[in-house]
Amino acid sequence: MTDKVHLAIALDRAGWHPAAWRDPSASPTELPSPAYWRRLLRTVDRSGLVLATIEDALSFTDRFESPGDPVVGRARGRLDAVLIASYVAPITQRIGLVPTVTTAHPEPFHVATGIQTLDFASRGRAGVRLVAGSSPAERANFGRRATGPTAIPASGRVEDAAELVAAFRETGEFAEVLRRLWDSWDDDAIVRDAAAGLFLDPDRVHPARFAGEYFSVEGASIVPRSPQGRPLVTVLAHQTVPFQLAAEHADVVFVTPHDEASATGILAELDQAIAERRRGRERLRVFADLVVLIEETPAAARAAAARLDDLSGTAFISDARIVVGTPLQVVDEIRALAAAGIDGVRLRPARQPRDVVAIADRVAPLLDSFGGLVRNDRTSLRGRLDLARPTASPTREKVTA
Amino acid sequence: MSRRQIHLAAHFPGVNNTTVWNDTHSGSQIDFSSFEYFGRTAEKGLFDYVFLAEGLRLREHRGRIHGRDVVGRPNTLSILAALAAVTDHVGLVGTLNTTFNEPYELARELATLDWLSGGRAGWNAVTSSDAFHGANFRRGGFLDHSDRYTRAAEFAELAKKLWDSWSDGDVVADAETGEFLRPGAPARVRHSGSQFDVDAVFDVPRSPQGRPVIVQAGDSADGRDFGAAHAEVIFSLHTAFDAARTFYDDVKGRLAAGGRDEESLKILPAATFVIGDTAAEAQERSREIALQQVRPETALTYVEQVWGRDLSGYDPDGPLPEIEPETGAESDHGWANRHAAVRKRITALRELSEAENLSIREVVIRLTAQHTFVGTPAHIAAEIDRYVQGRATDGFTVVGHLTPHGLDEFADRVVPLLQERGSYREAYEEGATLRDLLGLPAVRPLDASIAAR
Repeated sequence: MTDKVHLAIALDRAGWHPAAWRDPSASPTELPSPAYWRRLLRTVDRSGLVLATIEDALSFTDRFESPGDPVVGRARGRLDAVLIASYVAPITQRIGLVPTVTTAHPEPFHVATGIQTLDFASRGRAGVRLVAGSSPAERANFGRRATGPTAIPASGRVEDAAELVAAFRETGEFAEVLRRLWDSWDDDAIVRDAAAGLFLDPDRVHPARFAGEYFSVEGASIVPRSPQGRPLVTVLAHQTVPFQLAAEHADVVFVTPHDEASATGILAELDQAIAERRRGRERLRVFADLVVLIEETPAAARAAAARLDDLSGTAFISDARIVVGTPLQVVDEIRALAAAGIDGVRLRPARQPRDVVAIADRVAPLLDSFGGLVRNDRTSLRGRLDLARPTASPTREKVTA
Repeated sequence: MSRRQIHLAAHFPGVNNTTVWNDTHSGSQIDFSSFEYFGRTAEKGLFDYVFLAEGLRLREHRGRIHGRDVVGRPNTLSILAALAAVTDHVGLVGTLNTTFNEPYELARELATLDWLSGGRAGWNAVTSSDAFHGANFRRGGFLDHSDRYTRAAEFAELAKKLWDSWSDGDVVADAETGEFLRPGAPARVRHSGSQFDVDAVFDVPRSPQGRPVIVQAGDSADGRDFGAAHAEVIFSLHTAFDAARTFYDDVKGRLAAGGRDEESLKILPAATFVIGDTAAEAQERSREIALQQVRPETALTYVEQVWGRDLSGYDPDGPLPEIEPETGAESDHGWANRHAAVRKRITALRELSEAENLSIREVVIRLTAQHTFVGTPAHIAAEIDRYVQGRATDGFTVVGHLTPHGLDEFADRVVPLLQERGSYREAYEEGATLRDLLGLPAVRPLDASIAAR
């Protein structure tokens, strides 16, 4: 029997390879144009992919890149991801829309209402990817926080840097505030009872009343409960502390195994975090990330990758496994991850739009032809992931560990 | 000589009693289809822009969520970005607070909206600082009331620096050489003031309009100064002809000092309307709508808000309460001012009531449900044109009483008559930005205020 998986895609500027914008298929001056994003999202909308994430950061430079030393030759500048997702929401039909949001500066109240609005505009296809912490460049842009994470500690472990641990606590609070605001209206709060003179039953709206280490948010959302109730919460996680964040707060976690053995190891570590922290929630969906550069022959793919590496002057490295090959080779990698027990695979196209088109037109149909792609007719993002629509009450009966 | 051109904004109906929800034609205030319909109606009527208010906290009445009026609205920026995808020409203006946002973030969101809409973004900059709204935000109600405009002005100034830090043509994207940006671009923005201290590199390339159009509504002296310095549209509440003309002269008179001309700022007061086939029919409809807008319980809620106490035993069709208002303990901070302000408001209500022998409900109708233009389409078109040709306004921000169909009749019946008068566009010009629609001058970037490249 074939293990079925979901396919997702991660969109970022011109693609994940630093020299992607120099590929002949790229349109690098159009990266901030609406047409560019409309074309990309429409390309994947009907391909059977379950969701698209959209990268974002609140700085000109990428995270942990030295702010005083912008690397020449990279694509720069981007648009706000929540607004890109909102823009494509009414002109797509199927694909889940999952913008990236950093949690150190934005107001959780604005993010909660923005994602609910995305849920209305997409008719139930909204999610969010939460990112912990802030870079020095982001902090300088806001001028609000003097301190924060500066780099990954030498050990590579989050728990060895107090500021990173604190950043993940803040993200946990952020997620908790989102959930409370999303649950603050009962589904039937709007009554339109002309006889009683009531548009809304005030007893069916509940204040968030959250007071934590980083935020306090008192009132209810300004947005009625959205089609999914709670839009999808996702995080990218590489190690214990982020795994714990995912276990406690996420619906979907993106992980970065480099082979089947590491996939098995990650799943085991996630299981432990889930056993410790996940209470009364549905099973966490685990998606593995793969960077993909796709051509019709292995030689053509290798040549294209070599050309991009040559242009950027250095071999492309990534936190995720890089697959350079044919659609069939990509599908084989996906099926191996599926066999290891992964729920889905998020493909990061090395080049946009070229590899996005290859994913939609070649990889997804091929995987489907092997019976390896999860398909269902549900229209909401939660529904497509087989997650129930939550009732509004559980967060108010918070389980204490 | 050519006639002055009328500018119209379409205000999505809000969350107060003037939006009628218990009418059979009232639709959803939150489903996207309502916004899409409204945006398309505004385009059909060739409006300059769609205008959205902002929600920061649900209204409360006597410690409970206020459920008698429409409740629940979208996030302003997200809904405008979605509207950008289903409209082609109309401007998209959102109300966004300077107290509960940060300049870098809001500037990039507005620049994003300008990109996604092809140059149709606008920002109604408002100030708010009270603890009630602040309780939903990280910083709480930290801002002293008197600092509202200090922060707003510094916010707008910093946002402009960020927008101006990229120039057209900065994105070279030369695949051959690998040069993505012009050397030195974007300019680094260093700003140090009483409200913000940043050393920023903005990350959104210069958007089609350069900067979104800035709209402003405050009417205090500080508000008018902010308007003269930063605003390109003022959303005022002065709708009586003489008051409107006085306001127009005052505000436009302040522009010359800043080197601005009359056309660089448009004044678009809020206006409601009721259309009839005859004057009498319009008056009758206006009365019916007013009674829907001010139901008996709405009237009592209104006076309870003024009096600060339970008045549920009063007859809305009877006289105003004789009872004293509840203004808290005399020992509370600011009690004397608050008490005096409440007394002043009550005195004004009493004078209105006694002068015309009005009941509670009639007083509230007079204060919240007086329609600006009532009559036949020809009458309304002539009135609007009179205001604009007479330099009392540059047009109006039109508010209907129903979601989402509130502007249908206006677009179908009044707009063609404005066109016949030669005072209103016949079509959108292809590729026009919001700034173009409003007849505003192009942005002159603030090069001088930006650190050398």
